Amino acid sequence: MRKLLLDGLLRRPLTEPSPGPEDQALAELAESVRRRLGRSLSIRAVDAGSCNGCELEIHALNNAFYDLERFGIRFVASPRHADVLLVTGPVTRNMREALERTWNATPDPKWVVAVGDCALDGGIFAGSYAVEGGVSSVLPVDLHIRGCPPSPTALLQGLLALLERAERG
Amino acid sequence: MPALIDLIQEGRRVPEHRPWPRAVVDAAVWRFAAEQLGDGHWSLLDLWGEPDRVHMALLDEPTAGIGTVTLECGAGRFPSIGRHHAPAQRLERAIRDLYGLQPDDAPDTRPWLDHDRWGVRHPLGAADRAAPALPAYAFLPSEGASLHQIPVGPVHAGIIEPGHFRFTANGETVVRLEQRFGYTHKGIDGLIAGTDIAHAARLAGRTSGDSTVAYGLAFARAVEAALAMDVPARARLLRALMAELERLANHFGDIGAICNDASFALMHAHCGVLRERVLRAVDAAFGHRLMRDRVIPGGVAADLGPAGIAVIRTLVAVAHRDFPPIVTLYDETASLQDRTVSTGILGEALARQYGAGGFVGRASGRDFDARRQPGYAPYDELDFEVPVRHDGDVNARVWIRIQEVGQSLTLVERILERLETGPEAAGPVQAELPGGAGEGAALVEGFRGDIHAWVRIGADGIVERCRLRDPSWFQWPLLEAAIEGNIVADFPICNKSFNCAYSGHDL
Repeated sequence: MRKLLLDGLLRRPLTEPSPGPEDQALAELAESVRRRLGRSLSIRAVDAGSCNGCELEIHALNNAFYDLERFGIRFVASPRHADVLLVTGPVTRNMREALERTWNATPDPKWVVAVGDCALDGGIFAGSYAVEGGVSSVLPVDLHIRGCPPSPTALLQGLLALLERAERG
Repeated sequence: MPALIDLIQEGRRVPEHRPWPRAVVDAAVWRFAAEQLGDGHWSLLDLWGEPDRVHMALLDEPTAGIGTVTLECGAGRFPSIGRHHAPAQRLERAIRDLYGLQPDDAPDTRPWLDHDRWGVRHPLGAADRAAPALPAYAFLPSEGASLHQIPVGPVHAGIIEPGHFRFTANGETVVRLEQRFGYTHKGIDGLIAGTDIAHAARLAGRTSGDSTVAYGLAFARAVEAALAMDVPARARLLRALMAELERLANHFGDIGAICNDASFALMHAHCGVLRERVLRAVDAAFGHRLMRDRVIPGGVAADLGPAGIAVIRTLVAVAHRDFPPIVTLYDETASLQDRTVSTGILGEALARQYGAGGFVGRASGRDFDARRQPGYAPYDELDFEVPVRHDGDVNARVWIRIQEVGQSLTLVERILERLETGPEAAGPVQAELPGGAGEGAALVEGFRGDIHAWVRIGADGIVERCRLRDPSWFQWPLLEAAIEGNIVADFPICNKSFNCAYSGHDL
């Protein structure tokens, strides 16, 4: 273990420079984000019926290459500690109530970020008897990050845009 | 013990069903099959419904024989399999929820996927939009003065899929765990039915995101069997290459995440780097970090050029350099071993009864891998070993993954050699799908275990029905058994060592 730790000290970090905020996300956020967050953002991830592809890429944000926490963004275990709900999936009917309850448990001010193509409008699952069809059919959504799944870089750009808008707003 | 083929011969053989036989049987033969399953002969591969019939795929492990029997349910009922063979119970409950077919004398009559939120009962059978409300879901009782319950989920503390776990604990010790799923049910069965093959393949690849290659492959192989077609040799190799890279990425992620649930973040960090390197290499080689929609019926979406091969070669070299020190770290850290050794033991008898696939089965003595038996190209031409252990604890499930990483790296190297200099060094990677109708099945080894796919294609090239069975169906119930007698605080590490799918199961 000592050698691994020592190597870690001597090698250059794997962490990559910030990709910066995404322009389209800044534009989408202009109207909706008004209040100051400071330089920190606490996120509660909610899977509302995704295929788990988005979860894999959200997980990747914590690895050494993206190192989400250096931006002051972190995942929290309870909605009561969160500023942002990061919602994936087309919102299945079986998850609707749990999602609403999670939103109700999140203190104001709060933002909702819908992640993935099926969170936008149900995507490929739209029209099923078991699917509501997108996060905005249940909650007010402040930002959509598209992709199937979006890459960690795309996720980071979206979250940085949220942070930047919130700072200026 | 009768051979599986004798059972098939009792019924009326269905023509144009490949590669294994399917026969329509009467209720007596259906019941006989249930009793045989209950007596420990054969393994259940899948049990699924259509509006007017139920199908059951069976595996005879010693001979690797596979056969499917079908019972037509004239009166909307069928003799329960779960009454004789517990692994069938959740499948039967799902059939009833979706198709409205009633299993007679079923031991558990509660709904499974239907949470009474769809606005329709039996959506894929005789849909009923005016059905009365379901009674509140009753968890199994646990009685005792000192017992307390801990409800967990569907929204969990981590970044994971939704499901509900109901613990009954005596102090720190779990007396009973009962799972409740269906939260991610998207109705994929219903969405696939009636679409063309290309769209159905995209849906199949979104059944469980971490196994998108394996699902794509299972669906494609079932379609190709139905249409009695072959895919080019180079495409078969590329598919296996993607499947092994998917296995590597998931195993790296799992090994780190299991250790992280013992609060050993160093393993998690290093394994996370390896996983990310795999995803970046496959992104460069195949154009998508998870290789989504890259396996298509007829072959693969795109060929792999010399640049892509070079990227994967570099990845393999880095993994050979960086993984062994991580394994040593795992093996030599006593505080970590203290958490994984002898925790969450799954007995061999249960693993065998449930036909548990993947690392869950192989860590508990079940020597089964669909790549070897029944086997499929190109694995029949590639040498690899299937690690098996008998200790059945969290540590065993970690070690099976570690050994499988080694096997997958070797397989990737051998496949790359053949792609560069073997007989498959050039050639097409797609074949045109012929027209025609047919039924096909496939059994494919994903990182989590064997995925069973079954399709029926109509003469117009439309997928009339497709069924995809995730390995988790036969692993989730075993987690309930493995956690019993462990402390509540060890549930996350046990759960992660199983790493069952929610979306793949809920479909």
